[in-house]
Amino acid sequence: MSDKGKIIGGLVVFLVLVTFPLWHPVAAGGDSAMPELEYPDDETECIEETEFMRANHMDMLNDWRDALVRDGITEYTSTSGQQYTMSLTGTCMDCHDDRDAFCTRCHDYSNVDPYCWDCHVEPRGN
Amino acid sequence: MDESRRSFLEKAGKSALGLGWGLPLLNTACSEPGDHGHHIPLRSENQWAMVIDVEKCKNEEVRRACIDACNVTHNVPNIPDPDDEIAWIWEEDYKHVFPEQVHDHTPASVGDIPILVLCNHCTNPPCVRVCPTQATWKRETDGLVMMDMHRCIGCRYCMAACPYGSRSFNWRDPRPYIAPDSEGNLPSDYPSRTKGVVEKCNFCAERIREGLLPACVEAANSVEGGEGALTFGDLTDPNSEVSRLLHDNHTISRRVGLGTGPNVYYII
Repeated sequence: MSDKGKIIGGLVVFLVLVTFPLWHPVAAGGDSAMPELEYPDDETECIEETEFMRANHMDMLNDWRDALVRDGITEYTSTSGQQYTMSLTGTCMDCHDDRDAFCTRCHDYSNVDPYCWDCHVEPRGN
Repeated sequence: MDESRRSFLEKAGKSALGLGWGLPLLNTACSEPGDHGHHIPLRSENQWAMVIDVEKCKNEEVRRACIDACNVTHNVPNIPDPDDEIAWIWEEDYKHVFPEQVHDHTPASVGDIPILVLCNHCTNPPCVRVCPTQATWKRETDGLVMMDMHRCIGCRYCMAACPYGSRSFNWRDPRPYIAPDSEGNLPSDYPSRTKGVVEKCNFCAERIREGLLPACVEAANSVEGGEGALTFGDLTDPNSEVSRLLHDNHTISRRVGLGTGPNVYYII
């Protein structure tokens, strides 16, 4: 008596189910490519390296908030030594002036839902 | 010497015990009240303060200008239900603002004088002491009692602690209640708040940072007859306008007996 067939069949079903998140988007023709972000035209670099900003912008914004609101420090000195005013709507969105084409596109892709704009007011003219 | 070895050791032991018990007690009794809980500086390097001229504020136009300017500057919602009301600066009757100053024979003409009230940015703020998340704190650089809405969990301990009722709780999303400007936008770039956080007057920290006067002070000065109704300045600077006014006038502040050290003063 051999259950070889059943075991292999079961394994196949198991593997198909476990790998569902990997093959389903491809099979469904979904777009799993990185989102295309629109970068500011007149600036070539952000206040820190792009890789750093991509990974740490949320922590940086928290640090800025604490420094500004708690300690009254208004200026941020970047690694390159340049000074920036610590302000989300003033400094960040001065360059990244299209929230939908930058912030939202990436946040949607990575399935995060920050609630900044429940309270903060987007600068006019965006 | 007739002291026996036994009685000497007994006395030495009792003295050591006495010291051991006594010193910590003595320490507690002599320490400052701020030593309990997390550290609250009893004095900041500077202390912003406000002097309100009650006589000039009898003019309704002046009071209206102050309140409106504040509401517009900070996107303060206008919620009609008084239970849910949000207010940073508003008016109350003299008899309610200074209950210890009135008695059975105080005439109505005094008891009913409208007084502008706002957060007192106390020297020893009870709201700060009770906040479990340090979402509200006394800023050491300038003595402002600040709020961090990101950190507020809406427990409302601070509202219970504040003897002036200076704090309001957002029972609902305030945005639908903020009067839009002529283009339909929020009237100010100042972040609105969200359901579930406490808010109060911040002495216009965002304006002071840029060297501007608080919005209410500026508004009062722009009304005819309201010049100097509200004066803002540094209390630690003996040459500041607020220090001069406090020196030259009879001023009172709210419920001084509680020891909170309010920094809003009223010229009577």
